[in-house]
Amino acid sequence: MSRLAFYNVRLVDPASGRDEPGQLMAIDGIVADLGPRLFERPPEDAQAIDGKDVVLAPALVDMRVQLREPGEEHKENFESASHAAVAGGVGTMVALPNTRPPVDEPSLVEFVERRAKAVGLVDIRTYGALTKALAGKELTEIGLMAAAGAVGFTDATHAVASALVMRRALSYAKTFGQFILQHPEEPALASEAGMNEGEIATRLGLPGIPAAAEAILLDRDMRLVELTGGRYHAAHISTRLAVEVIRAAKRRGLEVTCDTAPAYFALNETAVGDYRTFAKLSPPLRSEDDRRAIVEGLTDGTIDAIASDHAPHDQDSKRLPFAQAAAGILGLETLLPLSLELFHNNHLKLQTVLQKITSGPAALLGLEAGRLERGRRADLLLFDPDHPHRIDVDGFRSKSKNSPFDGRPVEGKVLMTVTGGRVVYDARTG
Amino acid sequence: MGPDEILGLLDLSESYVEMNRGVDKKASVLRGRTQINLFFEPSTRTQMSFELAGKRLGADVLNMSVASSSTKKGETLIDTAMTLNAMHPDVLIVRHHDSGAVKLLSEKVNCSVINAGDGTHEHPTQALLDALTIRRTKGRIGGLLVAICGDILHSRVARSNIHLLNALGARVRLIAPPTLLPSAADRLGVEIFTDMRKGLVGCDIVMMLRLQTERMQGSFVPSIREYFHFFGLDRAKLALAKPDAFIMHPGPMNRGVEIDSEVADDIDRSLIRQQVEMGVAVRMACLDILSKSLPDAGRNTP
Repeated sequence: MSRLAFYNVRLVDPASGRDEPGQLMAIDGIVADLGPRLFERPPEDAQAIDGKDVVLAPALVDMRVQLREPGEEHKENFESASHAAVAGGVGTMVALPNTRPPVDEPSLVEFVERRAKAVGLVDIRTYGALTKALAGKELTEIGLMAAAGAVGFTDATHAVASALVMRRALSYAKTFGQFILQHPEEPALASEAGMNEGEIATRLGLPGIPAAAEAILLDRDMRLVELTGGRYHAAHISTRLAVEVIRAAKRRGLEVTCDTAPAYFALNETAVGDYRTFAKLSPPLRSEDDRRAIVEGLTDGTIDAIASDHAPHDQDSKRLPFAQAAAGILGLETLLPLSLELFHNNHLKLQTVLQKITSGPAALLGLEAGRLERGRRADLLLFDPDHPHRIDVDGFRSKSKNSPFDGRPVEGKVLMTVTGGRVVYDARTG
Repeated sequence: MGPDEILGLLDLSESYVEMNRGVDKKASVLRGRTQINLFFEPSTRTQMSFELAGKRLGADVLNMSVASSSTKKGETLIDTAMTLNAMHPDVLIVRHHDSGAVKLLSEKVNCSVINAGDGTHEHPTQALLDALTIRRTKGRIGGLLVAICGDILHSRVARSNIHLLNALGARVRLIAPPTLLPSAADRLGVEIFTDMRKGLVGCDIVMMLRLQTERMQGSFVPSIREYFHFFGLDRAKLALAKPDAFIMHPGPMNRGVEIDSEVADDIDRSLIRQQVEMGVAVRMACLDILSKSLPDAGRNTP
């Protein structure tokens, strides 16, 4: 019987609203009990951890990461991503299906499950591809992939451009209780070479991607959700227009959720500066007004979750002219400190920030994780919300180093990550 | 048609079933009459069934398959009707790939017209033969629970069966993935299920529909494998229906797509071959009744 006892901790659980000093006991991988007066001193036979009054919260749930395995293991694989995840406080992550080959049939879902178990550090789930080869034309075996363990369906970084395919996908997936995750960007308006449309793009001579590209596809999709009664999630929304579309859809009672990524509230288009390819994302970094709107969307609950949007790329994919460089940045090891900026800047309460990266995404994925509760799997995160430091990309455990946040001063540090009652990361020992 | 007319037609069909099983299969109800089978869409079994029905009633039957005819040369449907009119046929049997085309044609010709299937609209003789098959097996139609499963969206057979079964007092369920259900299907007086296992519970008749190949490769359903897994009729799913439930299929079947061979060939449960037999009898009854309303009807009867 393995026992793990935390004491002198501040127990914070956004799902129940708990925020109090106390102790927590995990036995055999399960939270046996927690509360303010659980024990005076930890039992002799338990592995005891003195929290020194920092926060003990559920381990983070990252609803969108790219693992690059199979096919691009030189950028990332299950091992390196798992080590990056635990260093970032993440206990559950959901992989996008845009690998090579893409996860577009049941045997590949089983491959992900098998590899995740073999590595065994964090719970890794996967989305299934929505269309075969992510080509946007023919539906995949949604029913069989869901039975194999896929938690939702998406064409990852490709928008589903055809309204007919999206309509059929929404209504077909509904049969199996599955939701569709869309990359909301009208492809005809979004050049892969581009950045946010506006003055900076014009001065740099780069093609512009208008904010309307996001809203146009979302507007269309809202009509299709209404038509089909399907369940829809908009990934990484980045503009004021998009926040308004989702807000209105929720008010109309549609089954619609959305998330954003830290870059869209922590940076704006000026980060592109002098053609910095580490600031090339899809969707692109937006204007300052859009950035503020994302913060407002998080504050008023329009945005349900924050995902890291972890997108590892090697040097060869980024050390290129801006137009040719790959889009995307690392996310797993910066998710917590960047999200905590919302707390330190007085936009969100600590509980709310944590909710967006634990119980919020877990609820919409239908996962058990993301809660600090008796009887649940002991996936825990011990962190100091106020610890000041600078982000150091060289110390990242990811195979890739493409982060625009290197050197950024932040507050909030992961001290320990526990999954299934086992300490999988300890900052003191590295 | 009202329920009484339908039941009368089924009764007449019964007499033709007996005749067709006898040695002398020839009657003279349609002697001297000309029947043209006008098929704008190929269909071997329906065309043969009508041809046999006409010939057994003594009519002169011509098959006009339009794949090789003048519509290919640009003639419109109405021009074709006018041309046929000039040849003085008595009955036209029409199959067309567009919904409503048979009605349009019937307004332009001077003879009787039987709809042998138009687009995704109606296939009335199929519904009649299905009703006859059910009545002969179960002894009744009223009060039965009938599940129609599969590609409802593109099926004229489903639409005709819904009308007919409802008119005769059966309860109808539609079972299909939502991509193969037409919109507002619930307005047709049926119950809708997208989970076949739930939909089959308590059914007396399980009517399977054909899924065309071009619709199973990702456009309407992802794959044959997935369709068969969730919507194909096999022993396990059939076990959820009543223990004495029967299986029907308008043909031609896709084995391993919408139906497992094991159940399709089960002589105790499958009515598929009876359906074909009833088809000829029902079509003879239809022709017989129509002949009574033709101009100069009664001339041939003693």
